[in-house]
Amino acid sequence: MDIDLMITSLPKLLNATLVTLKLLSASLFFGLFIGLFFAILRVAKNRFLNIFSYSFSYLFRGTPLLVQIFIIYFGLGQIDYLKTTFLWSILKEPYWCAIIAFSLNTGAYTSEILRSAFETIKKGYIEAGKSLGLKYSTIFYKIHIPIAVKQSLPAYGNEIILMMKGTSLASTVTLLDLTGVAKYIISTTFKPIEVFIVAGGIYLIMTFIFHNIIKYLEKKFSYQ
Amino acid sequence: MELLYFGDNGWGDELFIATLMTVAVSITAMFIGFIFALIFTPLKLSKFKLFNFIGNFYTTVIRGVPELLVIYLFFFGGSGAIMYVAQIFGYYDYIEINAFITGAFSIGVISGAYSTEVFRGAIQSIDKGQFEASKVLGLNKYIYFFKVIMPQMLRLALPNISNVWQITLKDTSLISVTGLVEIMRQSYIAAGSTREPLFFYSFAAVLYLFLTYISMKFLNRLEKNYSRGF
Amino acid sequence: MNIFKKTILTIFASLLLTTNVIADKVKIGTEGAYPPWNSKDSAGNLIGFEVDLANELCKIMGHECTIVEQDWDGMIPALLMRKFDAIMAGMSITAERQKVITFSQGYADEVAQLAVMKGSSLESMDTPSGINLSLGGSDVKKALKTLTSSLAGKTVCVQTATIHQNFLDSGDVGSVKVRTYKTQDEVNLDLTAGRCDAALAAAVAFTDYAEKSGEAVVLVGPTFSGGAFGNGVGVGIRQGGDDAIGTRDAKLLKDFNKAIDKARKQGIISKLAIKHFGFDASM
Repeated sequence: MDIDLMITSLPKLLNATLVTLKLLSASLFFGLFIGLFFAILRVAKNRFLNIFSYSFSYLFRGTPLLVQIFIIYFGLGQIDYLKTTFLWSILKEPYWCAIIAFSLNTGAYTSEILRSAFETIKKGYIEAGKSLGLKYSTIFYKIHIPIAVKQSLPAYGNEIILMMKGTSLASTVTLLDLTGVAKYIISTTFKPIEVFIVAGGIYLIMTFIFHNIIKYLEKKFSYQ
Repeated sequence: MELLYFGDNGWGDELFIATLMTVAVSITAMFIGFIFALIFTPLKLSKFKLFNFIGNFYTTVIRGVPELLVIYLFFFGGSGAIMYVAQIFGYYDYIEINAFITGAFSIGVISGAYSTEVFRGAIQSIDKGQFEASKVLGLNKYIYFFKVIMPQMLRLALPNISNVWQITLKDTSLISVTGLVEIMRQSYIAAGSTREPLFFYSFAAVLYLFLTYISMKFLNRLEKNYSRGF
Repeated sequence: MNIFKKTILTIFASLLLTTNVIADKVKIGTEGAYPPWNSKDSAGNLIGFEVDLANELCKIMGHECTIVEQDWDGMIPALLMRKFDAIMAGMSITAERQKVITFSQGYADEVAQLAVMKGSSLESMDTPSGINLSLGGSDVKKALKTLTSSLAGKTVCVQTATIHQNFLDSGDVGSVKVRTYKTQDEVNLDLTAGRCDAALAAAVAFTDYAEKSGEAVVLVGPTFSGGAFGNGVGVGIRQGGDDAIGTRDAKLLKDFNKAIDKARKQGIISKLAIKHFGFDASM
């Protein structure tokens, strides 16, 4: 064990953790909207929209994230037509490719979490809202959303942790996130075990923090 | 389409074998995971603090660190650790662990952490009154565990176990670092050699969808079978 | 006690489906993704200059050899872990690597060069045809200055853990944006996709790619040697030691050196180089 290497690589790895957190927050942000959009399509009363939404979620949940990120990065990079469109200015950057892949992936899982939350909302609540003469938008924001949030918090907390671990795949498309920098250090020191242990420790601490934040929120919401 | 021809000029046969490899390594990993779960679930449920700690340590660490890192650590550290143990027994030659075992084992350790959580949840949700009931009936511990707890646990755990299976199946895409030629590595090689990444990675996605679809059908049927009478 | 140990060991060994390497068998690690040095055909067989050369050297040494595939980024760690006994993977002899492993004498010269897509502004770079960083001098300084200003703000792609990465990281050409990839295949793909303004690798890696893919990849700037680029490509072997494994490794190094001498004298290396590279890269 090369303890010195572990200590000297720590600042570099902590710096890279910021990249990991940026990737994570951007992906969760976009993923939440994607998830909400597809969850609404899923509970809509149109069969075509239901199928469309289900296919999206099935596609992204049924294949490994690694395959998705490779298709988006290396696969789309192969299509010459794309390079003539404005899309290329986004797809050109590994950073955005990773965020697109992660957002779609977490969006698919989020849509399932929200759907099951929507489905548990009892018809009675909506009837009650209607009979009180509330507008549909008010029912949606004041009844649907709070109940859905409370219902989906535990599952969504899990999803945040899964996604945080998933961002490690950004290193496969040249990004220097926590795993990417760990690999970079190994490429000059040739000592994988030491560096991966430190990187793993940082991931573990992040998991711990997220886990506790979610727990705290769950408690808070359950007093409502 | 000629990219998928079988034989020396196409990648069809290679991808077919790689798909079988993915299935084989997933099943093995799942099985190894069950063994881990059988060891760690009792530890987590035990009354002893130390056992609790060991059980929690396993599930927390493995589920809190990216799969990719766990696999890297096993790949780079696994044979070193084994050789170290072997040296204690006076064996100095190189011990090679083949890529299949390394891969299945590292995925198995991950899968086991998830299975442990599922089994723990299932056992905890079994009605405590049954313990009293079997005591009254004079059943011994083993009969109680294997005839009363196990069947119920399996039924309760099955829906979640099929989730673990899906996770395990998809995680095998990460073991290409160990050199095992499964779907992902074969597609990677083919994409590099033919310069057709879009085609081969999309095809890999189709293969994974196919595998998740079939296994879902199978597990759903199993679930129905197990929940008969409920 | 001995029987007890043996039994445990046997169970242990059979459980893990282990095989042990007999002392005389040599395992050689290669990447299989760096054509024309080493690559794989569509049937999955390892091919290339170093695969042929490894077989020839083993014949001369009288060792039974197996060639195993290993991802480049884990090459040196895998050697240190004894997954194989020697590396033949287009690996240049550099001071940095010599800190952890040892090398045989060089068997081939790797000429590194920048590549761009046709039409790039870098094509007009005015530099000598080749520079040796170890020699230094005003020519080298001037060429590096030209490179620094031409590459400023540009993204240059390289394979990870290579001399090419080391060179760009060394600051000799200023602060370019370096992007590292797991394999040269990926570098080539992203160069053609337009994500890299330039790429740096063995010149033959690009000419081979341009020829096979029909893409308009062209070499620009000087060929590089010396300095961060090391002293040719050699066989990487663990540093010897006093124990049984260490003496075996030390002997293997001697064997390889002798075999390379012999192969060079018999013209085998030149012949294979011409076959795979199109010119004599032997040294």
